[in-house]
Amino acid sequence: MKHLISIRDLSRGSAVALLDSAQQLSQVNQRAVKSLPALRGKTVVNLFYENSTRTRISFEIAAKRLSADVINFDAQASSISKGESLKDTAQTLEALGAAAIIVRHPMSGAAHALANRGWVSASIINAGDGRHEHPTQALLDALTIRQLKLSGSDLTGVKVLIVGDLDHSRVARSNILLLSLLGATVSVAGPAELVPEGIAAMGAKVYKSFDEALAEQPDVVMMLRVQLERMQKNEDFTTRDYVKNWSLDQARLGQLGKETVIMHPGPMNRGLEISNQAANDPRSAVLRQVENGLAVRMAVLHRVLSGEVTN
Amino acid sequence: MIILKNLTLSDGSIQDIRIDAGQIVEIGRIADSGTDCTDLIGLSGFVDPHTHLREPGFEASETVFSGSKAAAAGGYTAICAMANTEPVADNSTVIERVYDAGTEAGLCFVQPIGAVTKGLKGLELANIQDMSRSRAKVAMFSDDGMCVHDENLMRQALLEVKKFGGVVAQHAQEPSLTIGAQMNQGAVATELGLTGWPAIAEEQIIARDAQLAEETGSRLHICHLTTGGGVEVVRWAKAKGIQITAEVTPHHLLLTEDLVRTYDPVYKVNPPLRTADDNRALLAGLVDGTIDMLGTDHAPHSGEKKDCEWENAAFGMLGLESAASILHQVLIQSGAGDWALFENIISKRPAKLAGLNNHGFIKVGDQANITVFNPHERIGVAEMNQSKSNNNPYLGLEFIGRVQHTIYQGQYTMIDQLVRDQK
Repeated sequence: MKHLISIRDLSRGSAVALLDSAQQLSQVNQRAVKSLPALRGKTVVNLFYENSTRTRISFEIAAKRLSADVINFDAQASSISKGESLKDTAQTLEALGAAAIIVRHPMSGAAHALANRGWVSASIINAGDGRHEHPTQALLDALTIRQLKLSGSDLTGVKVLIVGDLDHSRVARSNILLLSLLGATVSVAGPAELVPEGIAAMGAKVYKSFDEALAEQPDVVMMLRVQLERMQKNEDFTTRDYVKNWSLDQARLGQLGKETVIMHPGPMNRGLEISNQAANDPRSAVLRQVENGLAVRMAVLHRVLSGEVTN
Repeated sequence: MIILKNLTLSDGSIQDIRIDAGQIVEIGRIADSGTDCTDLIGLSGFVDPHTHLREPGFEASETVFSGSKAAAAGGYTAICAMANTEPVADNSTVIERVYDAGTEAGLCFVQPIGAVTKGLKGLELANIQDMSRSRAKVAMFSDDGMCVHDENLMRQALLEVKKFGGVVAQHAQEPSLTIGAQMNQGAVATELGLTGWPAIAEEQIIARDAQLAEETGSRLHICHLTTGGGVEVVRWAKAKGIQITAEVTPHHLLLTEDLVRTYDPVYKVNPPLRTADDNRALLAGLVDGTIDMLGTDHAPHSGEKKDCEWENAAFGMLGLESAASILHQVLIQSGAGDWALFENIISKRPAKLAGLNNHGFIKVGDQANITVFNPHERIGVAEMNQSKSNNNPYLGLEFIGRVQHTIYQGQYTMIDQLVRDQK
């Protein structure tokens, strides 16, 4: 595997292998000395065109635990303001020795372009491109579900419900593709204006109401962050309506089963898509997601830079 | 003098044609020897109602001369140059500059199209009368690239062109429904995370403008129709007797939105590539006469405008050199139509639309504008190289059927697949 751009690049087998590898690597994170020499001497660049402290830090720590040299390139503060193209920036980074470029970009397809247009030969890892995909987020979510639902190597039989602002969510897109690839049954629910046309074609059953979807007793409820900053002016959004219909509030929390897992990719808007109680509930796996993010990103970096699977 | 021997015309007859002093002087059996055209199809010279030449302003992408070479290579003897240059062709000074550059290049007739509104801004009408009286005698006006979306302005424009029998060519795209649009709206756009361009944004403008054309009694042309629903609206308008014509591009007949999955901006075009169902509806419309003609929407862009992220890339693709080969594939090879229809679509009807009286006929006494098509030989994309740009979406494809000779004003502009470089 040279790049990780989209879940479409993975087969069921290669996805399971990545999860297994991440599971193994997660043990490194429990040790006193939390590092492996696997990527010693290799340079990894975090090329972030959007603010994302948590994803950037997660990739940074993951690379460091594998002993890679890490450079953080804040594209907003630098060349982009001088009008440099993505192509020129990437070629400059490669000339400085980057073996892998982890890219976060506001435009869908930016990571795909870096990987496929012949601009650079470095490995490209997509850390979120526009509304398109965020594959490492989906992998960490899948690992979290696998750990908590004990459903074997894949997710056969697990019912996952994804709720909220589907239209702007690359997390939702990657998760629909990956979780259904792994055998889970994926449903989505959200306000009509935030459910994009044709999302069912990606492999999700669409519910028109949260409560109707909850009645199906999902094993996992994944709440999406409302991306107010990406809303166009014609999307008439009111917090009150959203909270009433789409928030995981106390009443809906009460409807969840004892073993139901609550997930959120973060950062959470407490009081909007998720209530304070739900965020603090023992069934919430939010911090486990963050932990697993580290392991998954180590596995992905190792896979693309060493060309082998660790297990 | 040129003599073409054993040429098959669109009516199926086999004729010899003698051309002298720029004119067709004899059609029939000619004893003298000449260029053997056995098994080749002789058609009135191709006319493109929709070309972007990029001069003045964007000469790194295309000039009137390089675009004329691409036209000759594609079998075109006349091209209508859109107004979205810099400065915009919204006055007779720019119009005549383009017109004169076309005459200077001498490889095809270059008919400038005038802008409908000043600066293509959609705020006030350009001086349409002035352009119609210029040396270029502009009859067709368009803000192509932008839609004339203000109803009152569109109505005024229709009334204005009616005074001299002109036509408004509309780029049908309701702007408020296509803010930030990147590709066809639907499941593919959703998966790719790109903002969708819904069919309704095209269909409702066509419907509105058809009603305005009816009310004003003026002529309306619809640029680059892309949707099955749009075909339905034009069919309805024609049935009502409204003076409406429509064009389709080669790429909307052949390519689909699935190509956008590559995120390669060579497939980024406005209006966007649609679905295979739309391809079929457009071809059916072309065959039943709802769609009148082919327009290439030849839109050259220099490398850096395409070698970037999808959303930062420019809209548009090349078309002049591949158009006839594609029409041959979708119309003739598929069995959907015959050579008479082919000639109507690519020559006669666009000539009539733009008021080009010297084009669209093979008749004794007429100016000799003739394209000789070879339906047997293959052409690959690598051979389509006359444009200054290379944003050609047909990479990797090969077509059967290509232009063999192009004759403009009685002179070869392409002979045996070789474009003449100078006058």
